[in-house]
Amino acid sequence: MPKVKIPRKSTFIDMTAMVDMGFLLVTFFMLATKFRPDEPVLVVLPSSTLTTPIPDKDLITITVSKEGRIFIGMDNPKHMSDMLDGFITRFAPNIKLNAEQKQKFSLQTSFGVPAKDLSSWLKLEPEELRRSQPGIKWDSIPDKNELFFWVWNARLASPRSQIALKADGETNYPIIKQVIQVLTNKTIQGHRFQMITSQEENRMAGSKPKEK
Amino acid sequence: MADIESSGGGGGKHKGKKRGKKLSTRIDMTPMVDLAFLLVTFFMLATTMAKPSALEVTMPTDEKPKEDITIPESKSMTLILGKDDQIFWYMGMLTKDPVISKTTYGPANIRKVLKAKQIEVRNIFVQKAKSQEIVVLIKPMKDSKYRNLVDILDEFEICGIKQFAVVDFQPDDQKNLKKKGLVE
Repeated sequence: MPKVKIPRKSTFIDMTAMVDMGFLLVTFFMLATKFRPDEPVLVVLPSSTLTTPIPDKDLITITVSKEGRIFIGMDNPKHMSDMLDGFITRFAPNIKLNAEQKQKFSLQTSFGVPAKDLSSWLKLEPEELRRSQPGIKWDSIPDKNELFFWVWNARLASPRSQIALKADGETNYPIIKQVIQVLTNKTIQGHRFQMITSQEENRMAGSKPKEK
Repeated sequence: MADIESSGGGGGKHKGKKRGKKLSTRIDMTPMVDLAFLLVTFFMLATTMAKPSALEVTMPTDEKPKEDITIPESKSMTLILGKDDQIFWYMGMLTKDPVISKTTYGPANIRKVLKAKQIEVRNIFVQKAKSQEIVVLIKPMKDSKYRNLVDILDEFEICGIKQFAVVDFQPDDQKNLKKKGLVE
């Protein structure tokens, strides 16, 4: 019986098409998405049907977590360091920070530490900075209200910035009220602000109330 | 790599002339594919898709207004946001002991109420030759959530209610709701 010769076929696969697809996907993700900002807490935004986009820059973001921790942040490092300088001058002149600590502060995208811990917090390693933030202190006495001083100095550092409130949907209302009270203060003049929400799919159908 | 060359590599038989070896124009794309998908993975993990939107609100500052704004009772509506997504609403003033109704969020509940009242108020004022819009006061109770407030403001946006205010929930309101047996 003659041997059946099986022709040796090349296992070379033409990958060009796969490369095309790969880079198509890369391009898509580059254009359609935004980098996730570094956040100290996870905030689940409440949904709304609005489609007004938030401005990309010049934004003072006040983040409120579910349990009521408050953070403030600005996208521009220059504004962040101006805010810090203003805060120290106006609220706590006895806080002494060196250039390195100030530099560290300006590179943060959001911040939430009581004034008394500010100096020791800025001694931490950059990786630890983000995690160990208990939130900005709020006080009913205006002179002791650190949140007020932070927001005020943020406004002074960047007067053109808009204020955005980024709060978790499950935050209890009294905490939000505290923040709104600060914003509507006549010194701050931040009574016009944006509430950041995530988009709901269908405008007319609406899916409220949501399941828990 | 991934392929086994089966063409047996040409050349080698020509001893006389030195001829340039015919090289394959095929390039091994495997590393490029690897790189492309590495980038895809990176972008998938490091970025966010959902674009947040914003709800712009303008609240009054805490300065004392020069004159007190009075709202005609007939066109004012009050929404009390309670816990567990409850809404209590009434027309007019609490001192007049209005009927307080209970509803919840969603197109079939609060939106219906808002739309109906909006039209009702418009009709009253059309007859009086004064075109006026409904004014809604929101009183969030202390155990309501931020989500409730956003939902209500969103409903206003949908219904086109432009005049509203967020006010404090007073102990009197609490007493009244208790008396009516709506809250414990």
